[in-house]
Amino acid sequence: MTDGVVLLAHGSGGILSQELIENMFVRHHANDVLSGMEDAALVSLDDQAEARVAITTDSFVVQPLFFPGGDIGKLSVCGTVNDLAMRGARPLYLTSAYIIEEGFSLTELERIVVSQAATARAAGVRIVAGDTKVVERGSGDGIFINTAGVGLVPEGVHVSAANARPGDVVLLSGAIGDHGLAIMTRREGLQFSSPLRSDCAPLNDLVATMLRACPEIHVLRDPTRGGVATALNEIAQRSGVGIEIDEAQVPVHVPVQAAAELLGLDPLYVANEGKLLAIVPESAAGAVLQAMQSHTYGVEAAAIGRVVSSSPGRVVLRTPLGTRRLVDMLSGEQLPRIC
Amino acid sequence: MTHMESFRDPATARRLIDAILRQVTGSLRVIEFCGGHTHAIMRYGLRDALAPQVTLLSGPGCPVCVTASADIDQAIALSQRPEITLATFGDMIRVPGTKTSLQGARAEGSDIRVVYSALDALQLARELPAREIVMLGIGFETTAPTIAAAIAQARAESLKNWSVYSMHKLTTPAMRAILDAGEVAVDAVLGPGHVAAITGWEAWSFLATEYGVSCAVAGFEPTDILQALLACAQDKAAGQPRVTNSYGRGVSAEGNLVAQGLMAQVFTTADAAWRGLGIIPDSGLAIAPEYAAFDARARYALPGLAEGPLDAEAALGCRCGEVLRGVVEPAGCPLFGTACTPAHPVGPCMVSAEGSCAAHYRYQGVVA
Repeated sequence: MTDGVVLLAHGSGGILSQELIENMFVRHHANDVLSGMEDAALVSLDDQAEARVAITTDSFVVQPLFFPGGDIGKLSVCGTVNDLAMRGARPLYLTSAYIIEEGFSLTELERIVVSQAATARAAGVRIVAGDTKVVERGSGDGIFINTAGVGLVPEGVHVSAANARPGDVVLLSGAIGDHGLAIMTRREGLQFSSPLRSDCAPLNDLVATMLRACPEIHVLRDPTRGGVATALNEIAQRSGVGIEIDEAQVPVHVPVQAAAELLGLDPLYVANEGKLLAIVPESAAGAVLQAMQSHTYGVEAAAIGRVVSSSPGRVVLRTPLGTRRLVDMLSGEQLPRIC
Repeated sequence: MTHMESFRDPATARRLIDAILRQVTGSLRVIEFCGGHTHAIMRYGLRDALAPQVTLLSGPGCPVCVTASADIDQAIALSQRPEITLATFGDMIRVPGTKTSLQGARAEGSDIRVVYSALDALQLARELPAREIVMLGIGFETTAPTIAAAIAQARAESLKNWSVYSMHKLTTPAMRAILDAGEVAVDAVLGPGHVAAITGWEAWSFLATEYGVSCAVAGFEPTDILQALLACAQDKAAGQPRVTNSYGRGVSAEGNLVAQGLMAQVFTTADAAWRGLGIIPDSGLAIAPEYAAFDARARYALPGLAEGPLDAEAALGCRCGEVLRGVVEPAGCPLFGTACTPAHPVGPCMVSAEGSCAAHYRYQGVVA
């Protein structure tokens, strides 16, 4: 339809994003590490050694900059820390680059940096390099932040989106949709009697706790843009397996459900910034779930489904009525419906 | 169990499904007018639960889907004028016109803002006094009153930089057009609950009296829909087409009189161009002459019916028009799931979240 230009939908985290990444970036930068398209790359700094150094980068362009439960500074640490943690890595060092629009309030900038520093301390990572650029008024949207991170994967840990196996159990660390709907309702000035709060949180300690319970965790994924539906589809495709989830088991807070229904959105597709999906061998599922529930960021964790050998690459959902339907990937921007 | 959960109770749903299947001795063919129903039916897997005795066909009730290509082209042309900021409900921005969509126009520099209500668009006009804000008025009787209220408010405030490009449509003329065409045989119509909340369920009684077709006005939760389908099944078994209100908590016989009054005050009926259905006399809402200052057609000297093709994608082999009339199922279109997917939609039924192709693709996939 519009062959020549980039659409906002190319950045939504769904099918169009995936196509842009594959047909543009992966194609031209082709190498075996990048082509894995994992949350973080695993490399070796010494050709002889096993690839245990995890590297990732992420840019943050959220509006509004301050929202209930977080701000762009906190998000910029959590996003990168979580991408490292989703390979089972212990995050160690971050870089932080700011692109600031001329005229931006120094008070607000300091609030962002203070929040970033506090989140880094809480996550146990150090910000060790940075960059600052200022662009002319009108050339940016207040502030953009990019962070990159490095971490180390402990020995014996092999976490990858390609590792899901039939029979494995799908665990979710808590209720979904809080972040995306907190942002959306704040951005649009929608008022609810119980305010929605972003779940934005660093998940590295939760992951460490889970790995202590079971070092053989197969897959970890944080369902950010595109939500749980998109993350599960990516896992199903990368692992060549089917995934079946039980809708009744997926935790959703009541205000989130209400806001989603009002806006015509499905929480399965809404972004999270402090949740993870784990796919674990059945024998370890109970222990991992218990470990998750014992952690601050996993209190509401639940087993939501199973990996199956049928319908590879697909995610199937069992509705509370006992009927089954497909859960497709997000295909463009998630837009509220009209009536 | 919360109030909402009671309408999703699996045990109640199961009982209703069994009751429907007991009533239907031969077959039951029902067309759901509303895209919201299509979506809920697919989301809860009700088609499969009732097949093969009950056939559920999707109708034209997705406001985005029935917007003619020519109207999209007109909206795009408006957005390309340097003085105009176009305000639209989000669902519209991906709908294809003849050459591109509002999303494409936005990427090429048009100032297009997604709003959640007409009042947001009014606020935009207050905040951007140097811009001319044009709101795309889209939707059936459900959204038209809110646009009418915003127009009345704009007049009360004497706002000078705000107007509406009205593409509002009325539901009952479209239902008549589909039945008059005789392409699709149905026993009953699942009446649109939100529309009927405004029009009143009596507005749908013509189905039984004039067409001999039952109508059960339904809500949007699974047990609402099943309750309405049970009424349709009972009517067929009794051989007595009736209009039933199965959405008592939202719909009355006469409807919302305040909303009806606002619509009558601000709008006048006019011919409208429907994608898939053609031009249907008196099926649209134009802005009344007294409110011409807020009518984008008057303000920018645009024709009453946009000029150009109504369904440009038909030339590409897209069968959205027939899908909207309930004549073919989405899977009956050769483009479904191959050339036309939610990521790369050809026709509007795949674009809108309420479109039946999107609902079928999303919840059932492509059955090889």
